[in-house]
Amino acid sequence: MGAAHSASAEVRELEGKTGFSSEQIEQLHRRFKQLSGDQPTIRKENFNNVPDLELNPIRSKIVRAFFDNRNLRKGPSGLADEINFEDFLTIMSYFRPIDTTMGEEQVELSRKEKLRFLFHMYDSDSDGRITLEEYRNVVEELLSGNPHIEKESARSIADGAMMEAASVCVGQMEPDQVYEGITFEDFLKIWQGIDIETKMHVRFLNMETIALCH
Amino acid sequence: MGRKMFVTFSPWNWLLLLAALECSEASSDLKETATSTAQHVPNAWFAAASSEPDERISVFELDYDYVQIPYEVTLWILLASLAKIGFHLYRRLPGLMPESCLLILVGVLVGGIILGTDHKSPPVMDSSIYFLYLLPPIVLESGYFMPTRPFFENFGSILWWAGLGALVNAFGIGLCLYLICQIKAFGLGDVNLLQNLLFGSLISAVDPVAVLAVFQEARVNEQLYMMIFGEALLNDGISVVLYNILIAFTKMHKFEDIEAVDILAGCARFVIVGVGGVLFGIVFGFISAFITRFTQNVSAIEPLIVFMFSYLSYLAAETLYLSGILAITACAVTMKKYVEENVSQKSYTTIKYFMKMLSSVSETLIFIFMGVSTVGKNHEWNWAFICFTLVFCQIWRAISVFALFYVSNQFRTFPFSIKDQCIIFYSGVRGAGTFSLAFLLPLSLFPRKNLFVTATLVVIYFTTFIQGITIGPLVRYLDVKKTNKKESINEALHIRLMDHLKAGIEDVCGHWGHSQVRDKFKKFDHRYLRKILIRKNLPKSSIVSLYKKLEMKQAIEMVETGILSSTAFSVPRLAQRIQRIKRLSPEDVESMRDILTRNMYQVRQRTLSYNKYNLKPQTSEKQAKEILIRRQNTLRESTRKGHSLPWGKPAGTKNIRYLSFPYSTYSNPPSAGRDVRAAESTDDDSSDPGVLSIKFSTPSRVSSLQRRRQTQEGIPMRRLHRGGKTFNFGYQRSASQEEEVGAGRRAALGPKPLFHTVDEEYESGGESEEESSAVGSRWTADHGLSREHHKSHSPLLQRK
Repeated sequence: MGAAHSASAEVRELEGKTGFSSEQIEQLHRRFKQLSGDQPTIRKENFNNVPDLELNPIRSKIVRAFFDNRNLRKGPSGLADEINFEDFLTIMSYFRPIDTTMGEEQVELSRKEKLRFLFHMYDSDSDGRITLEEYRNVVEELLSGNPHIEKESARSIADGAMMEAASVCVGQMEPDQVYEGITFEDFLKIWQGIDIETKMHVRFLNMETIALCH
Repeated sequence: MGRKMFVTFSPWNWLLLLAALECSEASSDLKETATSTAQHVPNAWFAAASSEPDERISVFELDYDYVQIPYEVTLWILLASLAKIGFHLYRRLPGLMPESCLLILVGVLVGGIILGTDHKSPPVMDSSIYFLYLLPPIVLESGYFMPTRPFFENFGSILWWAGLGALVNAFGIGLCLYLICQIKAFGLGDVNLLQNLLFGSLISAVDPVAVLAVFQEARVNEQLYMMIFGEALLNDGISVVLYNILIAFTKMHKFEDIEAVDILAGCARFVIVGVGGVLFGIVFGFISAFITRFTQNVSAIEPLIVFMFSYLSYLAAETLYLSGILAITACAVTMKKYVEENVSQKSYTTIKYFMKMLSSVSETLIFIFMGVSTVGKNHEWNWAFICFTLVFCQIWRAISVFALFYVSNQFRTFPFSIKDQCIIFYSGVRGAGTFSLAFLLPLSLFPRKNLFVTATLVVIYFTTFIQGITIGPLVRYLDVKKTNKKESINEALHIRLMDHLKAGIEDVCGHWGHSQVRDKFKKFDHRYLRKILIRKNLPKSSIVSLYKKLEMKQAIEMVETGILSSTAFSVPRLAQRIQRIKRLSPEDVESMRDILTRNMYQVRQRTLSYNKYNLKPQTSEKQAKEILIRRQNTLRESTRKGHSLPWGKPAGTKNIRYLSFPYSTYSNPPSAGRDVRAAESTDDDSSDPGVLSIKFSTPSRVSSLQRRRQTQEGIPMRRLHRGGKTFNFGYQRSASQEEEVGAGRRAALGPKPLFHTVDEEYESGGESEEESSAVGSRWTADHGLSREHHKSHSPLLQRK
């Protein structure tokens, strides 16, 4: 992070692309450097340095989300090996609070973006559907923090959830009909009532880069 | 005004008649005893009422004085309850106006009757009775049914708004009224500053719980609801603290004696009283949670412990002049989480309902008393004071709302829109608390007490009726952001995922935010608190318990929606308590099986109507055939497998055909009647092979067409509409309605969690599963041995 012209031009460019303010970008850059150990890119291993992340049950999914090409808008599937600062910011921009003063369309778009991010977290094989297996996987991970829960419980919960989702999305089904999995549209339907705006955001202003990695 | 309302609805007529009857009886009794001799109380117990020297043994006597107070109080409560029943019979009313309107009207009615019969009303309301007996239940109920998570998420805003709002309002109104009093023309010169401030503090005690029911009808968004709820919760406490401090000031005889030191001391006291009360409450909450850990064998006293400790926290805080209200609130909030996990299902239900009942009684009494006061003779009407009071109340509320929210919006990521703020402003309904505080003003210090009481009554009437009735339409008109909350597994999962996701991202950013705090607390909670406060073998995750709870709920609802004639659906009680129960007694299982079998047909009848192939419900003949077939299968199964236990599976248990679904069982300690805050499976699994497991299996039979299905990951299903019964337990303290309304509304909303188990072992009565409906969930008692954990891909059995 220098004071050179090119740096500030970059910053402005990033501002434009990701919507962060320049202070936020600077702070995030500092954080990026901490994580990457002053390298220009971050790899998966670098996330091991974040102490509290260890205890997070869905840690692997979160880390994966950083490298997911769909989130990085680099492709329909697959994982990147490493990400640079711009990619880092792109991922972070999913968590910006929705600016309610924007037009309704914009709000809707932002909402969809966030939900898409979530969708990608569930849909690990990038086939555009959340299948039962994937759903089960998620639930197992979510409940993995609690050592007393059997895998079967997790599984039946996932099953129940899946059925509920199907009933929301498809309503009455033919006797023969098979429900393949949750598509993104279905996912949107499920999320219709829930306020993602209030839940999926991080306040980027109050960051303390004092929380260092080991 | 009241009369017209009553005439319109016939239940009202009936009520009026009943009331008139009862009260006339009462007054006639009174007249009778009044004509008897003077020496009533001690002697009435024994003798005839005459003082004539030659007494005869009287065959029939009346003694009204002995029972007067409890008798009349009971009559009042009964009358109010009848009125509430009538109120809710007419379905649209609860959404139109708050229930407190109704109670006030009943109170006015009773007051009118009492005045008319020239009866001396029993001394229900005096300071100690109010503060010791009537107030705690109301506050306890609010605290207990508070939704904790939204509360703590918005905690900063709520504290800022409720605390400062009360202060701003109190001082603003007080000062302005003082200025008005200075104007000689109004004849209010003797009302000094302190009295005005005190009046300001008591008139700013808002009771918006009254409007919460209306909000629920309109389904406003959670944030807004929470703000109002939080305000209701904290407002009482803060007003009372302020009131007490100002009374202490007033007692310092001379106004001139008050120096800056005193004011500072007052402020310090305010803080100490508040914080101290909360701490007291938390301590007591933990103690009671700890004690409930050991009450397995005496579950009948669990509600007692909960109530006594809450009450004790209130009293202990009051002893030290700390805020009892805040103490009891904090106690309830702390206690709730742990107590809910520890107590049995029955105790839990008891606690819930008893709490509501107590608070309902208290509130009723206060409102009736208010009505009685209204119709009384001791009023002092002063146009200027009263009108300006009204005006200033509204103005200052508006000022405080808009100013405070402007500030807090800067710090919120989800700011409140102007619409929301208008709603918050408009929901400033005064209620029972205000009246009580006004009524209990000591006459010695407030020679013009009647003026204050009258003004308070006017404000209460105005806000309750006018604002209470119009706030519903206003909410709808402003089109406030709605909530779409429904209890569902998906939602719980997603929210959980989001929590973790957000915490993870914040970790990555190095950001210290709300989630961090919550996470840290949760960790602390898990590691220490839960170990101490919760019974052994009961750790669980909230998602799992939600899942089980929903299953249970649906099973219970299915059972309850008139299908079953017998109430013999008693999952053995003893099993609940004992962690290591081995088996159900045969009769229990038999009864369970009967019920389930009977159940299944009802479900079948209903589900069939949604099958496109079979529009008519099944005829009874087919049913009978089915029963027969099922029974045969069951018998076949039980003989085949050679179960040592007399119950095999109830007929047709396992017939789910979602082949990708694994067979899953999870054993609970057979507290099937519980709202599944039951023990976790693993513990029992590993430790005790013989543990009884109750499986939840959902048969889904929709059509008589049975087919094989070999879908890999398919979930064929169909939505089932439940019979529209909703659990509707009255709209009193609507904060607690949320969960019930949520449950009830689920019937209408459609998506229901559907829970499957597939059991390969029992292939009796296999039917094709075209749908699994939660309505069709059943319980089977299974011996622990039969538990298997494997995917089953068994084909459907062909039938017919």
